[in-house]
Amino acid sequence: MTTYILRRVLWMIPSLLVVFTLTFIVVHATPGGPWDESEKPLPPAVKANLDRQYHLDDPLPKQYVDYLAGAVRGDFGPSYRNVERSVSDIVGATLPVSLQLGAASMLFALVVGIPLGVLAAMRQNTWVDFVASLVTVSGISTPPFVRVTLLIVVFSLALPWLPTGGWEGLGDVRLIIPMVAIGTGPAAILARYTRSSLLEVLPQDFLRTARAKGLAEQAVVLRHALKNALIPVVTVAGVTLANVITGAFFVERIYGVPGIGRQFVDSVSGRDYPLLLGIVLVFALLISVVNLLVDVSYGFLDPRIRYR
Amino acid sequence: MASSIRASATGSAAGAALRRPPASLWSDAWRRMLRNRPAVVSLAYVVLLLAAAILASAIAPYAFEAQDLDSADLGSTQAHLLGTDQLGRDLLSRLLYGSRISLAVGIVDVLVVLLIGVPLGLLAGFFGRWIDVVVMRAVDILLAFPNLLLVIVVITYLRAVLELPQSGALAALGGLDKLSGGLLGVFIALGLVSWLTVARLVRGQVLSLKEKEFVEAARMIGASDGRIMLRHLLPNSLAPVIVAATFGIPGAIATEAGLSFLGLGVRPPLPSWGILIAEGVRSMRAFPHELLFPAAVLAVTLICFNFLGDGLRDALDPKLKVD
Repeated sequence: MTTYILRRVLWMIPSLLVVFTLTFIVVHATPGGPWDESEKPLPPAVKANLDRQYHLDDPLPKQYVDYLAGAVRGDFGPSYRNVERSVSDIVGATLPVSLQLGAASMLFALVVGIPLGVLAAMRQNTWVDFVASLVTVSGISTPPFVRVTLLIVVFSLALPWLPTGGWEGLGDVRLIIPMVAIGTGPAAILARYTRSSLLEVLPQDFLRTARAKGLAEQAVVLRHALKNALIPVVTVAGVTLANVITGAFFVERIYGVPGIGRQFVDSVSGRDYPLLLGIVLVFALLISVVNLLVDVSYGFLDPRIRYR
Repeated sequence: MASSIRASATGSAAGAALRRPPASLWSDAWRRMLRNRPAVVSLAYVVLLLAAAILASAIAPYAFEAQDLDSADLGSTQAHLLGTDQLGRDLLSRLLYGSRISLAVGIVDVLVVLLIGVPLGLLAGFFGRWIDVVVMRAVDILLAFPNLLLVIVVITYLRAVLELPQSGALAALGGLDKLSGGLLGVFIALGLVSWLTVARLVRGQVLSLKEKEFVEAARMIGASDGRIMLRHLLPNSLAPVIVAATFGIPGAIATEAGLSFLGLGVRPPLPSWGILIAEGVRSMRAFPHELLFPAAVLAVTLICFNFLGDGLRDALDPKLKVD
């Protein structure tokens, strides 16, 4: 087990390196420097000075090695757009916000998605199942920017119940709209997997035994069936994380949440290379770690699985 | 040949009574599909949308870029069924023309799946060895990250390259991109990621199919590798490919809309639904209908394609699992 985890951690290094290298190549092959966007073009001498200050006049291989050496030490260099802030500062300031919003969204997804899937499986092929499938298909297929704008129109403009934007931390009502907008996607995925997984478990013999010994249907489903049905559901954690991250790109920007998703979109349009690279690496690391946790937790949840 | 068999079978009255109508995989699937009400309704919607996209220039009451500042921000009127935007452009016409962009994206997505994903999966699964390693490592790495993350990075690069004055092939591409209002860049960026799942799917199918007896039999009577792949392995793994391709369409349409929404996709004044929604967001406080109509059309379209995919999956193979 320990060797398995160790090997998986070591495997993360080449895959992170590949992502880093690809992003680096694409970003630096992009014509047009970071100083081209301004309304008034800068004089060439100023541009050259800026290039020198940020080492953009170094040969690319040197920039690559320098940047990589910095990244290993946790130093992603200065941001081009916010001159006084380093990329690590920006990530450090915005990542916690996104982690809070992401955690809240995942919690929302668990609380809504799993019961919805259980309900649909218990009432298979009734109107309950049909309504649940309509909800899950809508949740899976509508993009987050449609969900968040519709939520704002309904709950902030038509019914003035919630603010139209902003972020005041987890305890504030401003959490609700972005949380629901991001969380609906993962909730729908969880509901769909829970339903199909539960439907596979329900006809099995050990549940007949549980019923035969006189357990109430509720106990049979919740204590015996669901426990086994949820094991395969854990595998979609990676998919739901991807959902949360891409959801954050749009929702944070539209709702004015100062998180890392919004920084990512801004860094793309502003050609802020170091910030862009830093954020891509953060996402890559996050995804790799979650995938590792999923694979490891799988063994704890289902002792039949052996690691090699 | 089939007709002669049928003729001889219907020759005797007893044979006719015993014989069921001939049922192929496809006619069976079609019958199952027709029993799935959401899928049938979705299919009807998709056909209507396709017709609307093809006939857009004939049925749209206005040109999509025609401005009329005197009638800006109208609600629903007789002249403008769905109202107008802040520049007085007819929303219905813009939505109709926008369907062309969305459906073109969907069609290109399917083409990439068929022309890149399926062949690579076939080759990787059939030949194994280094082809398998190279293709599947690439798929693993690209699939490990959210599609949108990759697409955004790639399209930023593409747009910068294509907008620059170039020579040779790049100049032609750049011209084409400009002519298509940025659609070409969207196609390329989407194409990079849309073949991944299907390649993996086909490879898995081929890995199990190629050990089956019928492949051995084909090889024994002297069928070449190419013939085995095209005539035996491909047809037998077609059902999951069709399902996966159908699920890919709404994904591609949503990604294009998202890119255009962020200002990274199709360029205005082309009326991509993503652009219409972005413009709607700007005026949603005063005129929420400018946001609601495009958002609703996009949502309904995506939902219908997903129901269609569900219906196809249940119809083609009830045990199949593709997500």
